[in-house]
Order: sequence, then structure tokens, then C-alpha cells
Amino acid sequence: MQIKFLAIAAAAALTFGATAAHADTLADVKAKGYVQCGVTGGVAGFSAPDANNEWAGLEVDFCKAVAAAIFNDATKVRYTPLTSQERFTALSAGEIDILSRTTTWTMSRDTQLGIKFIGTMYYDGQGFMVRKADGIKSALDLSGAAICIESGTTTELNAADYFATNKLEFNTVVFVDQDEVVKAYEDGRCDVYTTDASALAAERSKFAVPDDHIILPEIISKEPLGPVVRQGDDTWFNINRWTYFALLQAEELGVTQANVDEMLGSDNPEIKRLLGVEGDFGTPLGLTKDWAYQIVKLVGNYGESFNRNVGPDTPIGLARGLNALWKDGGLQYAAPIR
Amino acid sequence: MAMLESAGQQPPRTAFYNDPVVRGIIYQVVVGVLLVVFVTWIVHNTSINLAAQGKTTGFDFLGKTAGFPIGFSLFEFTRESTYWQAFLVGITNTLLVAVIAIFFSTIIGFTLGIARLSSNFLISRLATIYVETIRNIPLLLQLFFWYFAVLKAMPAVKDSFALPFDMFINQRGLFVPRPQPDAQFSWIYVAILLGLVGAFLIQRWAKRRLEATGKRFPVLLSSAALMIVLVLVVWFASGAAVTFDPPVLNRFNFKGGLELPPEFVALAWGLSIYTASFIAETVRAGILAVNHGQTEAAQSLGLKDSDRLRLVVIPQAMRVIIPPLTSQYLNLTKNSSLGAAIGYSEVVNVFAGTALGQSGRAIEVIAMTMAFYLTISLLTSAIMNWYNARVALVER
Repeated sequence: MQIKFLAIAAAAALTFGATAAHADTLADVKAKGYVQCGVTGGVAGFSAPDANNEWAGLEVDFCKAVAAAIFNDATKVRYTPLTSQERFTALSAGEIDILSRTTTWTMSRDTQLGIKFIGTMYYDGQGFMVRKADGIKSALDLSGAAICIESGTTTELNAADYFATNKLEFNTVVFVDQDEVVKAYEDGRCDVYTTDASALAAERSKFAVPDDHIILPEIISKEPLGPVVRQGDDTWFNINRWTYFALLQAEELGVTQANVDEMLGSDNPEIKRLLGVEGDFGTPLGLTKDWAYQIVKLVGNYGESFNRNVGPDTPIGLARGLNALWKDGGLQYAAPIR
Repeated sequence: MAMLESAGQQPPRTAFYNDPVVRGIIYQVVVGVLLVVFVTWIVHNTSINLAAQGKTTGFDFLGKTAGFPIGFSLFEFTRESTYWQAFLVGITNTLLVAVIAIFFSTIIGFTLGIARLSSNFLISRLATIYVETIRNIPLLLQLFFWYFAVLKAMPAVKDSFALPFDMFINQRGLFVPRPQPDAQFSWIYVAILLGLVGAFLIQRWAKRRLEATGKRFPVLLSSAALMIVLVLVVWFASGAAVTFDPPVLNRFNFKGGLELPPEFVALAWGLSIYTASFIAETVRAGILAVNHGQTEAAQSLGLKDSDRLRLVVIPQAMRVIIPPLTSQYLNLTKNSSLGAAIGYSEVVNVFAGTALGQSGRAIEVIAMTMAFYLTISLLTSAIMNWYNARVALVER
């Protein structure tokens, strides 16, 4: 009997110790051998299983890039599909290491949820999709319409703001899961499906007859979508932020998956620094000297990932627009590696 | 000799910790202390970890502007409303669908339960097929079926089915004219109240007369007649009138009138017929539990068939039916949370879904939602226990 009590007491004492929060995500990730990445349940082009049933998309590529930088192997990622409601809890509970799930950067999320936004993988805005047959030309025609929305998103709040500002009446039907939102819109429960314009394009590409649906010209909000990590682990935050910058920097310098080995011999000091030929920027991050070389070699640069997943040649067909590099008139801008 | 010797000795001394009474006390104290330590540790650990994660905590968000709309609510809710109001909307919507589904599942369930015992082969077999099919398919799938399959079958808004009395049905739900009673109409409510009091008095008087003289009085018929006469007289005397505000088709949908969204209809319907299959089995078991000798005894006393059921069989069957029926009602209320999957604005969808996502207060929101379900379940349980105590047989 006494032995049993001792065992329980010892177990209790151990658990007390074990729960003390520690924040060394890099060490944890290295120890388990993969990056756990929170993604959507399937938004084509951003994170969705491809024809070979492997996760692919712009936001999936970010997680792959992090894995490439850490393990020199872009496949060392495991994916957790999450609903909008689950995502932040999953991140703070430590179930995932990176949340890369079309998440809008807002002040309240950044300051109240104990999370940090890495940057903006995709500058988006909220739009409306309607059936062409309804003859709607503008969002201002939507008074009295029924609108299908996914719960727990900024979309819900923006729609309420927009309709209140323009004194329009509307009726929402809110679902927990995006698939049900789309199905309800397809079945005619709603006149309008609203979410980020990029996701609208992605969903439209999946409809039986995409041309029966149009996306209205109004973009009613700013939706900077980006990856998110837990607050309080600066090393992990830095690895993620500089992975994002490396993707951009590689595109800016013209370093692609195809020519990266050639570029190792480049005379351009910026390229030399990026690829670890000159100086060592990886070790201070807790990585190796060739971290960015591995990212470009295994995943490609930002522009390649964009074109491969959501660009004009894909079924989703999004133009670069705001997501072009700063020197091409867009907003994507990386701090220099030096 | 041996007995004498042992009687003369002191009882064998045992260590105090081997005394069963002392031991029992020690165990209870130890368990109590461990429990307190455990709970304190959980609370403490949670708050420390939340603070370490840099999360804002507390219930102050309840007073803040929610900023999101809710599709279906019994009272006004706009984007300026607070999180607390969102909680109330969720609660009322949950209660609304639960009460309505409990009502219909009880009626359907009792009918089916009796039908299963029917001597008519076709009726009893059909009831059996219903029960065995419905209760063996997961409720979530059934809800998806009712929502998506039935929704697809409905016509689009512009081709709405027109039903009699200005009612319309389409993909957006069922639209009925909204009755608008005028000011005089309150007299009608008074008349209905008077009618109920009258019916109660008639019943009491009839029972006394029955006990005193053995003469029967048609209580139900006379009460109904009293009610109808009272209401009609007051109606004409006061000049009360009801106007109807019919639904009118505008650009996207019907306006005016009362609207029952398809999410609500699908959930109430799905819950009703699912729970009804369990209630049917409960009712069947209850009736079978009454010994056939009771029926024979009633017949030999010369009771009519209706009296035999009302006075002998049903009271004894209820004793068996009520406790499992209570758990079915509790299950139904808790199952209504599946409405979140088909977009019905009940408490899990509105509060543990949208409000949680927008405020980020996961622990607070989930705790409040759980407390709500716990309160409702305990309340339902208490009411049914009270009713059970009333209908339980008094053993003499």
C-alpha cells in the first residue's frame, strides 16, 4: 500500500515538473524529426492534397521550406488539417509548430492570443461570389441576400461591417466546416458565398461549371494571410521569418530551383550571402550555413511557388497583383540578408 | 477449557492503522486532500500556462461588441450586440429546437411504441423497420441527409411552392404569414385562462360526484364546449381581430411573415425522428412490463377498455418508462449541438464556434458552454424526477 502511495506521489511530482512551459521549438522539432504544420482542410492552391494525395500549395510550401532549412529535406513535414475555430488553440497547445492556414493578420490576434505572425505569404481581400444567372453586378445589389460563411473567421466580421456601413440587409448561414459552406452555396441555400478572394477563386475552380459563378468586383477588406507561430520562442520565430525572407530574396535575385547550383558560383555578393558561399547566416539561427540554398533547392523561390500553386497557369488562375515583388510594383519585400 | 482460556485473555491488540474505522477515515482524508491538490494544480497550472503563452484571459469580453451577425435569433441581434447577447441567442436557439424536438419525438415515439405491439401484422412490422433503421444510423449522417438531400429537392426561391394560406416553401425555408393580434386580443387570452380554470373545476366536481354517487360526467366534452363558447362570446363581444402579415417575394427572398430556416427544420425533424425510435422502444418495454394479470383483473372488475388503459396499464407502465425517457430527453438536448454541422445557430455554433473564434477565449467560452449544458441537463433531470415521484406507484 505504501509503495503505491509513493508511486502516485512521485508521479504527481513528476507531472508538476513536466508541465513547466519551455519554449525551444527548434530542439523539439529536431528531436522528433519533422515539422508539424497546421493547414486547411483543403483550399486548392494554398493547402490541399494533390493528385498524388500529397499536401501541396503556397502555404504548404512554406512549411516545406522550413523543413528544408532545418533537415535539408522538404518532406519532413506532417500536416494537421484544422477548422478555423481549432487553429489557434491547436497552435498554443503545441499540437502544431507552424500554423499556415490562410490566417489573416489582425491586431487582436497578434496581441491577445499569444501568437506571432511571420509575415504575409499572400495579400488578399474579401470578395463575394454569386451565381451568374442572378444578374448581380455589384455587392451593393446584395440587400436581403442570404450569405454562406465559415465560422470563426475575419470574413464574418468584415461582412457584418460592410453591410452595416452600406445599410444593406442580409442573412447569414454559418457553418463550422468550409466544405459545408460551399455545399450549401452550391445547393442554393445562399445567394452569396463570401471569403478571401483567393479562396473564392480556388473553390470556383472546383465547381462543375465554374463559369456559372462570378466573383463581384468589390474587395471589402484587407486580408494579409500569413504563417503563425507561438509567442515567446524568438529562435523559432526568427527561423520562420527568415525562411519567408529567403523565399522572397531568392526570387528577387533570380535564384531558382533550376539554377541554384549554378548560382553557387555567382559573383554577386548578395547571392553569395543568401546561399552561404560568403559569411554564415545559418548558424546564428541554429541552422546550417547552407539553409537558404536548401530552401531554394528543395522548394523553389516565392515566385516559383506562387506560379506552381495559384498562378495564372493553374486552374485557380490568380495574377500576382499585390503579391508581386516590390520592384515589380507589388508589396512583397524582404529585409536584406547581411 | 480452551474457550475459557481465550475468554480470559485481552482481545489481540492491533496497530491503530489496522482498525477498519480509522483506516476508512485515513483513506477518505487522503483522497480528499489529493482531490483538492489536483484541482488547485489544474487551475493554477492553466492560469500560469495561459499567462506564459501571452494570452489575454478573463470574462470581460462578454460585455464587448461581438461584431458578427447571427442568422437566426428569436430577438434582435446585430453586429453592435455583445458576446453575452450572442450567448443568450445560442441558448434560446438550443432550447427552442430541444423543446420542439422533445414534443414531436414524444408523440412519434409513443405512437410507434404502441404500434410495435399492435396485433396488426403490417403496422407492427412497419414500426419495427422504422425503429431498427433509424436508431442504427449515426445522427450526424441523418442530419446531413435531411439538410443536404432535402434542401436539394426544394425549389429555388423564384419557383417557390405556394401552399394554401399564403405559405411558401423553398430552399430558404418555410414562410408562413405572421399573425398580428390587435389590442382587443388580450381579452381572448383572459377567456382562454377562464376556460382552463373552468375545466379544472369541472374535473374536480366530476371526480367528487363519481366518488359519492358513482355517476359519470363527460369532463372532456363539457370542458371543450365551455372553452369554445367562452372564446367565441369574448371574440364577438370585444371585437378582437387578427390580421396576417403575409410573406412577399422581393429581390432575393420572401420578406415579412414568419420564417423557419431549413437548418432549424432539418435539425428539429432529424432529432425528433431519431429520438422517437429510442422512445418507442422505451414505451414498448414499459407496456410489456405490466403483467397481463393486471389487465385480466381490470376486466374482471368490469372496467371499460379506455379506463383499463388509463387507470391500470398506463400508470404502471409510466413507472418503467419515465427514467429512461428522461435520459432520452437529455440525449436529445445534448445532440442538438450537432446542429453546428448543418449551420443552425445553436449555442455550440454561435458561442463555442463564432464567439470563440473571434474572442480567442477558448477556456472561458467552452467552460460557459459546458456549464449551460450541465445546468439544462440537471434541470430536465430534476423535473422528470419530480414527475416520476408523482406517477410512481405507492407501495402499500
